[in-house]
Amino acid sequence: MSRLSLIAALAASVALTAPVLAQEPLRIGVVTHLTGAAAGPFGIPARNGAELLIDAINSGTLPAPYATKGMAGQQLEMTLVDEAGAPARIATEVRSLIDRKQPHAVVGFVTTGTCLAALPVLEETKTLSVLSTCGTPRVFEDAKYEYLFRTSANATADGVTAARYLLARMPELKSYAGINQNFAFGQDSWRDFTLAMQALKPGFKATMEQFPTLGSGQYGAEITSLLSNGPQATFSSFFGSDLEAFVLQMAPRQLNAKTQLVLSTGETAMYRLGAKLPDGVIIAGRGPYGVFARPTDLNKWFRKAYEDRYNVPPTYPAYHAAQALLGLKVAYDKAAAAKGGGVPSRDEVARAFRGIEYEAFGTTIRMAQSDGRQAVTESAIGVYKFDRSAGTATVTDVTYYPADCVNPPEGAKSIEWLQAGMPGAKCNLSN
Amino acid sequence: MNALVPILIDGLNYSAWLFIVAVGMTLIFGVMRVLNIAHGSLYAVGAYVAATLIGRWFDADLPAFGSFGLIFASAIGVGLVLGLVLEQGLLRFLHGRDEIAIVLATFAVFLILEDVVLLIWGTDAYPAYQPYGLLGTSSIGGIAFTNYDFSLVVLALVVGGAAWWALNRTRMGKLLLIVIHDREMAQALGINVRLVYPATFAIGAMLAALGGAYSAPMISVSPGIGVDVIILSFAVVVIGGLGSIEGAMIGAVMVGLTRAASVHLAPQFELFVIYAIMTLVLIVRPQGLFMRAQARKI
Repeated sequence: MSRLSLIAALAASVALTAPVLAQEPLRIGVVTHLTGAAAGPFGIPARNGAELLIDAINSGTLPAPYATKGMAGQQLEMTLVDEAGAPARIATEVRSLIDRKQPHAVVGFVTTGTCLAALPVLEETKTLSVLSTCGTPRVFEDAKYEYLFRTSANATADGVTAARYLLARMPELKSYAGINQNFAFGQDSWRDFTLAMQALKPGFKATMEQFPTLGSGQYGAEITSLLSNGPQATFSSFFGSDLEAFVLQMAPRQLNAKTQLVLSTGETAMYRLGAKLPDGVIIAGRGPYGVFARPTDLNKWFRKAYEDRYNVPPTYPAYHAAQALLGLKVAYDKAAAAKGGGVPSRDEVARAFRGIEYEAFGTTIRMAQSDGRQAVTESAIGVYKFDRSAGTATVTDVTYYPADCVNPPEGAKSIEWLQAGMPGAKCNLSN
Repeated sequence: MNALVPILIDGLNYSAWLFIVAVGMTLIFGVMRVLNIAHGSLYAVGAYVAATLIGRWFDADLPAFGSFGLIFASAIGVGLVLGLVLEQGLLRFLHGRDEIAIVLATFAVFLILEDVVLLIWGTDAYPAYQPYGLLGTSSIGGIAFTNYDFSLVVLALVVGGAAWWALNRTRMGKLLLIVIHDREMAQALGINVRLVYPATFAIGAMLAALGGAYSAPMISVSPGIGVDVIILSFAVVVIGGLGSIEGAMIGAVMVGLTRAASVHLAPQFELFVIYAIMTLVLIVRPQGLFMRAQARKI
């Protein structure tokens, strides 16, 4: 072969290979509950939200300003990992995912226990990671991470939101109680709520607290105890089948008529429960998502695309997952633009991610805490009402609390901020 | 109202539920020496089948009280089909093997059935709430209790009474007692133990499925509901003595009343109170409260 033909052959092979290399997808690991009790209310909506967004990003069908194809021009390839099971197992699964797939990013995590178990693995392997839910404030308050981001507000905002709303509606409230699942999320939620109640009304303590076993499904004794104790309000962070069983068992016994129920994750069950969830129950959904989402063009697109594809309305885990991926796209695109094109490195994306603010499907996300790695958002809460004529689940009396009203300021630890009476909180309410 | 009354009511309601879900496990162990970990799956399948049928029944606008018939039909159907399939398709090949091997086999069945449930019914919860409200409520001391919960007590008494009658007053029951007491001697006396086993396993499976089917209207039928049932059933039958039906009843009452007392008086102990009782009983009587003395064979 002559030198000329050799060069021509090499040039041809480079020309043929170049587009292939350019099209190598970014590998995204998505961790969520695919089996177990948390799959129905959380895991599957989160998977759907992620799947929908990845397809929209790949096809460039997201609305403006996100209508460009891919992340930094790269297509995405999703690998799903089941989050169900013991935390130690999830840590192993995540390590296996990293060994097998070497993902460019890992996105997801719903529950606190599994997420806390996986974080050391993600950081040790320097994997760019975006937590979509995993509400515990301990993530960034107890440790420092270089490549970790969380695009939803931590769960402290839920307790503060519920306490502010309840006391605004019932300023003369004399007694309250709680029933929460006996695991990390239930205990943290109850602690945040009671601390917020005491911050707003010093010395105001709960008259009773119930911590039934996670997944027990039988709440007859707890309901009797609440009926006997007679608190004017009862807070619960129950979720999933536990929440549905609690509602099914308490409704015939009229617990809701004796106490003002506040369900901090009630939004996830409102469509499934429908008329079985009594009117008048206060519900929230871990931020302005689902029925509480702001009516923006982005939200209208997301809601329609989700309903068209899955035949159910999206609940907050779907929004959380979608906004986590959207944040990753914003960071990738920003990092690519900063270097004048091409695929940015993990460190460049991490730098670009820190402190960004972007419009997502439910609300605006500000990565304003924990050195720009933790999001703060406004929160939302309202009163459940089943529209019998239309046969649809709705909310009324919705209140949005600004991010600076329900989240601790940068650098403050949640518990200390609550114990100090929430200093610096700025609450100019909007509707 | 005095705290004792609600503790007794809630405790008995919970005991009744515990007995119904645990009695099948102890029956199977008593006769077959099989600690059936798949018991939880049979409970779950019973619940799913009942929830599905009840949903369709009410969608078709059929007479509401007919849904109670579906609960029992689901239990019988699931118990017969799965019980016989598991016994004839798997367990009969393991008779005489090490008990640990049999436990592992039933654990494998449990894992398989958990995935089968996901495959058939998916991850969404199945509500079958309608029968729960059909029986109305009763007010005791100003507190409303659902009559469906009380019906569980009646059902538990019927199941317990029927089991006692069947074991002590029927020919088949007496044959079973002989098998429970001494399998080898029963065989030597000409009892066809291999025919007794499928019947026992099917009845035990029916009782597990009945627990699930009757629970379906009270709970949200969703993936994983069988897991806790295994743990609770195991605790109850261990307290009462593996294989003892009266032991299961006493164990269920002990656990139910103690849990209710804990919920009313010291809720922070609810999580481990069941296991505390189990530990205490096992310290005093490692074989459980009602385990029969075993003749030593040489």
